[in-house]
Amino acid sequence: MTVTPQGLYCVPGGFHVDPWRPVDRALITHAHGDHARSGSHRYLGARAGKGLLHRRLGADATIDTLDYGERLRINGVTVSFHPAGHVLGSAQLRVEHGGETWVVSGDYKRAPDPTCAPFEVIPCHTFITEATFGLPIFRWEATEQVAEDILRWWDANRALGRAAVLFCYALGKAQRLLAELAKLTDRTVFIHGALHALLDAYRDAGVHMLPTQPVSQVEKGTSFAGALVLAPPSASSTTWMRRFGEHETGFASGWMRVRGNRRRRGFDRGFVLSDHADWPDLLRTVEDTRAERVLVTHGYAEPLAHYLHEQGVDAAPLATPFEGEAED
Amino acid sequence: MRRLADLYETLDQTTSTNAKVEALARYFKEAPLEDAAWALYFLTGQKLKRLIPTKLLVGWTQELTSIPGWLFEEVYASVGDLAEVIALLLDARERPARTEELPLSVWLEQRLLPLRQLDAAGQREQVVSWWHAMPRRELFLLNKMLTGELRVGVSSTLVVRAVAQVAGLPAPSVAHRLMGTWTPSPTFFRQLVSQDVSDSDSSRPYPFYLASPLEQPPGDLGDRAEWQVEWKWDGIRGQLIRRKGSVHLWSRGEELITERFPEIADAAAALPEGTVLDGEVLAYADWRPLPFALLQRRIGRQKLTPKVLAEAPAAYIAYDMLELGGEDLRSQPLRERRAKLEALLEDVPRLPVSPVVQAATWEDLATARGEARARNVEGFMLKRLESPYLTGRKRGDWWKWKIDPFTVDAVLLYAHPGHGRRSSLYTDYTFAVWNGTELQPVTKAYSGLTDAEIGRLDRWIRAHTREKYGPVRSVEPEQVFELHFEGIQSSPRHKSGVALRFPRIARWRTDKKPQDADTLDSLKELLHASG
Repeated sequence: MTVTPQGLYCVPGGFHVDPWRPVDRALITHAHGDHARSGSHRYLGARAGKGLLHRRLGADATIDTLDYGERLRINGVTVSFHPAGHVLGSAQLRVEHGGETWVVSGDYKRAPDPTCAPFEVIPCHTFITEATFGLPIFRWEATEQVAEDILRWWDANRALGRAAVLFCYALGKAQRLLAELAKLTDRTVFIHGALHALLDAYRDAGVHMLPTQPVSQVEKGTSFAGALVLAPPSASSTTWMRRFGEHETGFASGWMRVRGNRRRRGFDRGFVLSDHADWPDLLRTVEDTRAERVLVTHGYAEPLAHYLHEQGVDAAPLATPFEGEAED
Repeated sequence: MRRLADLYETLDQTTSTNAKVEALARYFKEAPLEDAAWALYFLTGQKLKRLIPTKLLVGWTQELTSIPGWLFEEVYASVGDLAEVIALLLDARERPARTEELPLSVWLEQRLLPLRQLDAAGQREQVVSWWHAMPRRELFLLNKMLTGELRVGVSSTLVVRAVAQVAGLPAPSVAHRLMGTWTPSPTFFRQLVSQDVSDSDSSRPYPFYLASPLEQPPGDLGDRAEWQVEWKWDGIRGQLIRRKGSVHLWSRGEELITERFPEIADAAAALPEGTVLDGEVLAYADWRPLPFALLQRRIGRQKLTPKVLAEAPAAYIAYDMLELGGEDLRSQPLRERRAKLEALLEDVPRLPVSPVVQAATWEDLATARGEARARNVEGFMLKRLESPYLTGRKRGDWWKWKIDPFTVDAVLLYAHPGHGRRSSLYTDYTFAVWNGTELQPVTKAYSGLTDAEIGRLDRWIRAHTREKYGPVRSVEPEQVFELHFEGIQSSPRHKSGVALRFPRIARWRTDKKPQDADTLDSLKELLHASG
């Protein structure tokens, strides 16, 4: 496999993986915007992600799917998708040709997530890992702990008659939060319009989440005192926020591990919750795959590759034009 | 320590001013006096002199976590706060379920300050044992104290408000009692909140009243006759105190600078007992201010040799009188304070009175403003004649009407990550102008862009990096920025040969191409204009 201007390319198979420009044949790991881009001739992805892929790529995009683990031969190359535990339908791509196995991780996490199938370790010769949080300061606490913190924050604001507006990425994090909170309460959560259609895709997939009501369908003048509102970060400091009256803001993201990231964006509270692997899990996964060679991409690719190299792993960064933009 | 960590967390987690004051007041009410005194010490921005060299703390962290040096650097560049980096890295270690809790004052007086008496091995043993036993929040605060960086990020105005609320005193009284130097002790805190008004410390300055920048046309201020206009001096703001046989000169940063300016101290010794003046320290000769650069050079000197004193003789230009005969004049109108000031300082050498600019109309004044650069001043101060001497920056009565800054269009050449709040972004920039066919770096600047622009520029920088040198990146020379600055001096220490004063970004000139940027020659032409 090699990197072309269009993206990661499998030469014998004649297909691209998560290309950032239109190509003839694109294999897609998951539906986030920096992995699934529209305009390609035809797509192949994991079946569990089909609904979300159509929402991202358009209803008329040609998308073929495979079940997790199902194999397909493309020009003599065997490909299969395996759960990555990142978001609903997210997959690692396994590519086998001439006795040589590659795995492209896409984005992944090892922590349990009620909204998607858990990460599977796929042994391989070459492992292409993400490194969004590839620094040793990034370590995640147990998800239940974070969910309890969020509920406590919601309750504290409720007691003061304030709304609690929690920003989180619309695809993946929002649904995971609603599913985690559903273990602790059954109260209705208000949601920004950007989340609405995506929630349906999750409900269609049978994910149990808290009941939701779109903010846009609330009668004008209704008080949001005591409510929890989920919204994408792009909605912060827009006029959309005015309707909530007195409120506190929070942001659920792995970036909130660093105090400056929260302070810079002016959120009252940061909740450290990520859909990516933290540093210990990145190292653990590299070891688990027993890969002879590791290529590192996204985020802190250089430090992680350098560190692995010092630990005796044949590792190198894989250059892409994208850097540190990963949603989380 | 837990109480302080709770306070820190609360302050950190709200953007509401009232919530902050409330949290501070609750802390001061509930904490033991000796802890409250120390918390106040840090909250008002004071720091311990560094207890342990940073290098040692970094080394111990690396040993404990097996993090190589280059990776530590990488993490530091990303977080931007050493105390936080250490706390985050050590968070990987197992911690005891129950942790020991000691009061803040015990931490400081029995643990941290005594570290100075230990050798490096002894310090390591102590610090590492604390690191093992503390929860992450407290560990972060401990590191902040060890590195002498503990700042809490609330303005001293809020701290004063909270103490005033607890003590049931007017905020200005509390602000006054907090001026100058004090030791964090229960005695001090008790006096701070006491109702007894016979304040004893004769060196204590009054809080400074600060002018706001004039953003509206001066005509909007109303009748010209209601305003006193002075030149805005380009020196060091200072409060000169003559009480109980001694002279004290305080800078606005609440530093005692009396000994740096012996000629002013000598002159002030002749003032009557119980006098306090507000004014400006300037390099001054022949009844005329000298360029700020001369004063700066003098401040930089370790020893005040006769040569230094002769090169940059200092004077104190007085513009207000806060106390006379031991009586606090601050509530009197400026008109009356000014009359007393003029009467007192008639012909006192080295203590001239800041002259009032005589221009009958706002239009005349605008014309006179053109002389500012030639006079080595920064513009005008506009003060309402009926105004009392207030505390801090209160808009309405005192305005600074600065001359328009110099401008230069320069090309972005290097980017550096910011610190603290902006640590994960490229926010510090090096700019260049043309020297022949080459771009010559001339200045760094960071403030001036909006958060949205910083984000956009950060993405551009990452996608257009030429080379990385540690945390610094060189970028394609494509982006042009309009920079503003207050002055320019020739400087043998800079490769460009010039140094800009107060450079900041005025605008991102997306309409300009790099070849439209200014030249070094055009910049040097400003040298004579700047004085």
